[in-house]
Amino acid sequence: MEKTPLASDPYNLVITGVGGQGNVMASRVLGNMMSRKGLNVTIGETFGASQRGGSVMSHLRISSETSWSPQIPKGKAHMIVALEPIETVRVLRDYGGPETRVICNTRPIHPVGVISGDQVYPSLEELRNWIKELTATAWFIDATDAAVRLGDPIFGNIMMIGALAGVGDLPMDRSDFEAVISQGMPKPKVEANLKAYDMGLELIEAV
Amino acid sequence: MSYLADDRKNETYLLMGNEAIARGALEAGVSVAAGYPGTPSSEIIETLAEASNQRKLYVEWSVNEKVAMEVAAAASFAGLRSLCVMKQNGVNVGSDFLLHLAGSGTRGGLVLVHCDDPGALSSANEGESRHFARLVEIPLLEPGDFQEAKDMIKWAFALSEEIKSLVMVRSVTRLSHASGNVTFGQLPENDSKAYFRHGGTFLDPLEGPLISLPVAYKHGQQQEKLRQAVDRFEDSSFNIYSGPEFPELLIVTSSACHLYSKEAINLLGVEDRVGLLKLGTTWPLPPKLMRKQMGRSDKILVVEEVIPFLEENVKILVAELAPEIGIKTFFGKKEGTLPKVGELNPDLVLDAVSKILQIDYEPAPQAYIKRAGELAAVAAPGRDLIFCPGCPHRASFWSIHNILQMDGRDGFVCGDIGCYSLAMLPTGFGTLKTLHAMGSGTGLASGFGKLGRFGMDQPVLAVCGDSTFFHAVLPALVNAVHHKSNITLVVLDNSGTAMTGFQSHPGLPVDAAGKEAPSIDISGVCESIGATVKVCDPFKLEDTQSTLLNLLEKETGVKVLILRQICALSPEKKSKKMYDMKIDETTCLGENCGCNRLCTRIFKCPGLIWGKEEKVAKIDDVICTGCGVCASICPSGAIIKKEVA
Repeated sequence: MEKTPLASDPYNLVITGVGGQGNVMASRVLGNMMSRKGLNVTIGETFGASQRGGSVMSHLRISSETSWSPQIPKGKAHMIVALEPIETVRVLRDYGGPETRVICNTRPIHPVGVISGDQVYPSLEELRNWIKELTATAWFIDATDAAVRLGDPIFGNIMMIGALAGVGDLPMDRSDFEAVISQGMPKPKVEANLKAYDMGLELIEAV
Repeated sequence: MSYLADDRKNETYLLMGNEAIARGALEAGVSVAAGYPGTPSSEIIETLAEASNQRKLYVEWSVNEKVAMEVAAAASFAGLRSLCVMKQNGVNVGSDFLLHLAGSGTRGGLVLVHCDDPGALSSANEGESRHFARLVEIPLLEPGDFQEAKDMIKWAFALSEEIKSLVMVRSVTRLSHASGNVTFGQLPENDSKAYFRHGGTFLDPLEGPLISLPVAYKHGQQQEKLRQAVDRFEDSSFNIYSGPEFPELLIVTSSACHLYSKEAINLLGVEDRVGLLKLGTTWPLPPKLMRKQMGRSDKILVVEEVIPFLEENVKILVAELAPEIGIKTFFGKKEGTLPKVGELNPDLVLDAVSKILQIDYEPAPQAYIKRAGELAAVAAPGRDLIFCPGCPHRASFWSIHNILQMDGRDGFVCGDIGCYSLAMLPTGFGTLKTLHAMGSGTGLASGFGKLGRFGMDQPVLAVCGDSTFFHAVLPALVNAVHHKSNITLVVLDNSGTAMTGFQSHPGLPVDAAGKEAPSIDISGVCESIGATVKVCDPFKLEDTQSTLLNLLEKETGVKVLILRQICALSPEKKSKKMYDMKIDETTCLGENCGCNRLCTRIFKCPGLIWGKEEKVAKIDDVICTGCGVCASICPSGAIIKKEVA
C-alpha cells in the first residue's frame, strides 16, 4: 500500500464527548479508514464506568512511520473533534497548544451538577470565544440538530467525521468510509450513515 | 461472520488489544476458552464466542473466575489447548485453584490472560495480578504492543505445552482497550481429540492423576519448569533493547509503559543518551540478558504500573550480579521519581527522564497552559458519574432510599460490584454504605444481621445484580439463611451483565455464543433455600416501595426482593421509548412549588433539565428514554407520560 503524507507525523487527534454519544464508534471508523490507507494507527480510549454520563475521550495517533502510545502527550493534539462544547475546553486544558485546531458540535449535554443548579453551564457565545482564544482555528457546527433532522441524534458522531474529512488534514475518502461502516451493518443503516457523513462535509463547508 | 476467525494470513487490520489476544489464541489452535466478564478483559471471550460459530471451539462465560480456571484446566488435562480470561480481581477469586494447578501441572497448552486496570479506570481498585506469578511460581509474559499481544499468546501456548505449566499473560487497560495495527498469521485446522489419561502413577506427569501431591516432589518439578522457562526467556524476541551501546540512563520497562517511554525519549530528543530495554518475559527475569544490559549503564529507571514488581525483581538480580557489574543507581517508584499510585502516561515518564538528565521541557508555552487552566475552571463544569437516562437502578435506589428514610431506624445498604456501585454517589442518592468485592455486600449483610444481641437494631440491606448473584452472592445468602441472619437482599435484575456489555450468565436462556441454554431462576433458588421472596417492577414505584416496607417491618430472617427491569442500554430496549414525556408548564410551579425542584435537584435524571428562563422543569427529548418513572415523583403531577403507540 502506498504511504500517504499527513499534515503532521504523527498526527494526534482527540475525539471527545459524553458517554453514549458514539465516541468509540467514531474513533474506530476513523482509525479503520486510516488503516486502509496503510497508515499506522493507535487508538487509546476509556470505557466502562466512565461511560455512565462521564466525559470520554479517544486519542488517535496516525503515522506513516511507526506506532505511537495510546495516550497523546500533553499539549500535542493537532485536532480536537468535540461532540459536546464544554468537553472541548476540558481537552484543550490538557492536550491543547497554540497550534491546535477544533471542530465543535454546539449541542450541550448538561452535567447533573448543572441540572441540579450547583454548577453553571456557560453560554454558547462565551464558549465560542474561549475556544477561539485557545486554538489556531475553530469550526462550530450544529451536528446534533442536523442528526435529529436525519432521524436520530446518534448520527452526530458520523457527521463530525464527515466534517473532519472537509478540513483535509487526513487522507479521508468517502469510499473508505463506506467500506468500513458496511462491515456488519445492514444496508439501510449504511445509507443513513453515508448521508450523515455527507451532511457533516456540507456543514463544515458552510462555516 | 467475523474476519477475526478467517485465515487472512499476512493481512493487516486495526485491532483492539483484546481482539489481538483472541486472534492469537485462534492462531494457536485454542479449543476451549472460559472467563468471567470484567473490564478491561471482556472482549477476548466475546470475540472467541463469535468465532465459535465458525470454528471448532468451545467458549463459555463461566459463573465466576475460579470455575473458569477449572473449566479451562479440564480441557488442558484432556490434552487440548485452552485459554482462561479475567480482569485483575478475578485472579484473586481463582487463586486458590491457581496454586494447586501450578503444583499439579498441565498437559495441553493452558494460558491465563489477566487484564489489569492501572488507575482503576473501570474498577473499584488498582490491585494488580503480576505478583501471583511469583507467588505460585509460574511464568509471566507481558505484551508491549498490539502485534505482540497476538504473537505472544501463540508463543505462550507453545511454552505452556513444553514445560507443562500454566503460563500467565498480563495485559492492561491501555492495551486491551486501545487499538493498533496487527498483521495476521495462519489459522490452523483444529483436529484435536480430548482424552484424560489417569492410569499412571502419581509421579507420571503425562499418564498419571493430576494432583499437587507429593508436595515436595511436585514443588521441585515446578521450580525445574521455571528454570526451563528462563532458558527460553534468555533469547526471546519479546525482550528488545534499543539505544546506544553504553547509555547514560537505561530504562527497563514492560507493557504499555514501553510505549510511554519511547514517546518520552522521542520528545526529549535523547535517543543517543537513553537506552530502552523492553521486557516481554517479566517473571522470572532472564539473568544473562539482564547482566549484559545492566552492565552497560550506571543509572537505571524502571517504568511500570502499578506496584514496583519489576523494579524489585531487577534490584534483586542486580544485587546478585553486583560483584560482576558493580553498584547501580536506581530510579523508579521506590525512591519517588515516578508516582506510586495511578496509571502512567508519556508525560510522567518524560518528567522522570528530564529530572534525571536535567533537561528543561514544556509541553506548551507557560502562558497558554495558565490561560487554558483558568478557562477550563469556569467553562468546563465536572461531570459526575450518573446512572444512564432510563436506568432501572435510579428508580430502584429512589425506592430503597425513601423507604429507609420512612422506616426511620437508620437502616443501610451494603453495596456490590456492577453499575449499581454508583449508588454510593448522588446519582443513587448516596444509598450504598459499603463496597468491596463481588458478593461481599451479602456476606457483610449476613454478618451485620447477626449483631442484634449486641444491640444493633438497624435494618440491614444488601444489593446485587443478577450476574453477581450467581458469581459470589449465593454462598453468602445460603450462609445468611442457615444462620438466621436478619437481612433483606435486593436483587437488581436487569437481565444481563450490563456493566461489561450484556454478557450471558446462568440466569439467562442463552450462552456465550448466543445459543439456547437452560436458565436458572433467581426467585426459585432463593425460595428453595428458605428465603421470603417478592418480585416487583422497579418502574412501579408505589408497588416497589410498599413491598419493601412490608419486608423490612413485618418479616424476619432472610428476605429477597427481586427488582426486575431490563437495562436501558440493552440491545432489546435501546432507542425504544415506552412513553412520550412532557412537562405541563402551567402545572409545574417551579421554585414556588415547595418541592425544592425534586425532579432536577434530587432525582437528577439527565433527561430532565431546568429551564433557566421559564423557571420550570423541561424534558430533553434527545436524552429522555421514556421510562416514565419521573411522572410518579412530581408532587404536582406536572410530568405527563403518554404511552407510545
